[in-house]
Amino acid sequence: MTPSKILADFDPEIAHVLTHKKYESEHILSLLEKERLTYEDFFALVSPSAESFLPQLAARAQSLTLSHFGRTKQLYTPLYLSNVCINQCVYCGFQVKLQIPPITLNEKEIVDNYRYLSAQGFGHILLLTGESPRFAGVDYIERAIILAKHFFPYVSLEVFPVSTSDYERYAAAGANGITLYQETYNKVLYSTLHPKGPKSDYFFRLEGPERALLAGFRQVGLGTLLGLTDWRLDGALLGLHAYLLQRTYWQASIQVSFPRIQPISAAPHDIFPVSDKALAQLICAFRLFLPQAGLTLSTRESTDLRNKLIHLGISHISAGSNTRPGGYTRGSIEPGQFETQDNRSLSDVMNMLIDQGFDPILKDWSTLFDSALKTS
Amino acid sequence: MSTTDPLIINGRNFASRLFLGTGKFASMDIMKDSLVASGAEMVTVALRRVNLDQPEDHLLSNLDPKLFLLLPNTSGAQTAEEAVRLARLSKASGLLPAWIKLEVTPEPRYLLPDGDATLRAAEILVKEGFTVLPYIQPDPILAKRLENVGVATVMPLASPIGSNKGLRCIELLEIIIENSTIPVIIDAGLGKPSDAAAAMELGADAVLVNTAIATAKNPLLMALAFKQAVEAGRQGFLAGLASTHQFASASSPLEWLSSL
Repeated sequence: MTPSKILADFDPEIAHVLTHKKYESEHILSLLEKERLTYEDFFALVSPSAESFLPQLAARAQSLTLSHFGRTKQLYTPLYLSNVCINQCVYCGFQVKLQIPPITLNEKEIVDNYRYLSAQGFGHILLLTGESPRFAGVDYIERAIILAKHFFPYVSLEVFPVSTSDYERYAAAGANGITLYQETYNKVLYSTLHPKGPKSDYFFRLEGPERALLAGFRQVGLGTLLGLTDWRLDGALLGLHAYLLQRTYWQASIQVSFPRIQPISAAPHDIFPVSDKALAQLICAFRLFLPQAGLTLSTRESTDLRNKLIHLGISHISAGSNTRPGGYTRGSIEPGQFETQDNRSLSDVMNMLIDQGFDPILKDWSTLFDSALKTS
Repeated sequence: MSTTDPLIINGRNFASRLFLGTGKFASMDIMKDSLVASGAEMVTVALRRVNLDQPEDHLLSNLDPKLFLLLPNTSGAQTAEEAVRLARLSKASGLLPAWIKLEVTPEPRYLLPDGDATLRAAEILVKEGFTVLPYIQPDPILAKRLENVGVATVMPLASPIGSNKGLRCIELLEIIIENSTIPVIIDAGLGKPSDAAAAMELGADAVLVNTAIATAKNPLLMALAFKQAVEAGRQGFLAGLASTHQFASASSPLEWLSSL
């Protein structure tokens, strides 16, 4: 059984019971002392019973993050290459129905943005697109990776899932990591939220990270879009997904992101609110369950909250982000994929980190690790 | 003390038997102050974090090569080939000495070294003239095999890196120290000054510490504490520790017993 198959077959009723039942205080406290947690332990830590132990959970998360990452925080920058998308995710600012002006950067615009971001000091870029085989398909993304490697040692992708052989092309072009959010692990809800387009295939998306790992990627990032449904349940299954991948693909780095839905006014959707407290509980529970995993927080979150959460479990943050295609150099006015809340520049974020006693890391990769990968 | 008891690695004398890593510190200034406080003369530098094509690289320009031997490491390498290439690039840059702390860690969580790949990479790098200091699990057979291919030291871990658990592999470390004809530097997992002292009392030639100092509330004071602990442990070893073996020896001569 592959991790994706185990996950797809995992009974949501069991997950629901384990994340919502009443646990004794002694049990929760014992988990804070335990060195290696099972997924059942993790489910208990995201339950309402663990909520009242948030200070203790946070203290443990803080100490584990310090042990494994020291006083460093990794920084990266996203670049949106294209907003063209044939999917209809009902919560998204790029969905086809919104009829936003279609923009796909040409090579010159891509390179201009790379040059700008590289000059700022970034060594890790995350390239993003909507899903449009016609305007920004595999050839386009492959070319963008090749160009990016002239400027950045570490290139990761947040693009639509592809076949193993297409992931192999991305890896051969020099891409190092992929991020693929499942959005939700609730299959019924998933179908409702993704009614049309290739993204409506739940299992093809779920298997994406595995295909990427089989194709030679070293790092995969997972996430759910928090706010689409009950965060305890989705968060628990996200943790299970990360754990299963880590166990099978033992050479891979599994990272987890915590995007909370930022509504775009034109795309109404019933949102299940995820409070700051809930987000903190989820992040701390992940740190206890996966002590060495990179945990990422984007500029969707406010300056204040980001400043606080980097002290608990977060190890990777973006900075100076613009969610409009080529927005760093185009001065565009069309809407982005979502509204960023933390609009500080890279240097502001670096200064904040330094003030709070962290060393901002911009480069943590050697391109010598790239080509050897393809042959191994 | 230290001046009369130098550690010699590949012909170079080190008065201090405490080596430091440069990762995980809150800032460059705290790192530099801690390095100075520790008295370390060898500090490691992660090649993947430095820009070898930029001589003004932030990290390298902050480390005075007159004060420290900068020991580049291959951290992040998952295969022998990657480690070898990284070492060659380091040497070619001319910015760092032709010494290499060889780390081949195929899994990113515990960063446990791959013995087989480490041995293969060590063989290649020794032939190419590198002074090779391999990071290994406390495997006494591997330590001897590495010695046979000509590495300068072996660097077995005390417990998993960053774990601060101390000498969890003590039985195997003792065998490595007993059998080794090259310096044994205990690396990784030393969480407290007393762990470092205990490692030196065992007869380790030196220890390497990073996390415990870099993540301490007061890194500078912790660096000083490790310095003193390493010196105390070394002196205890040289002074001849009282035996802690199962059959205690009497404190006055007992030859008369045999003539009874």
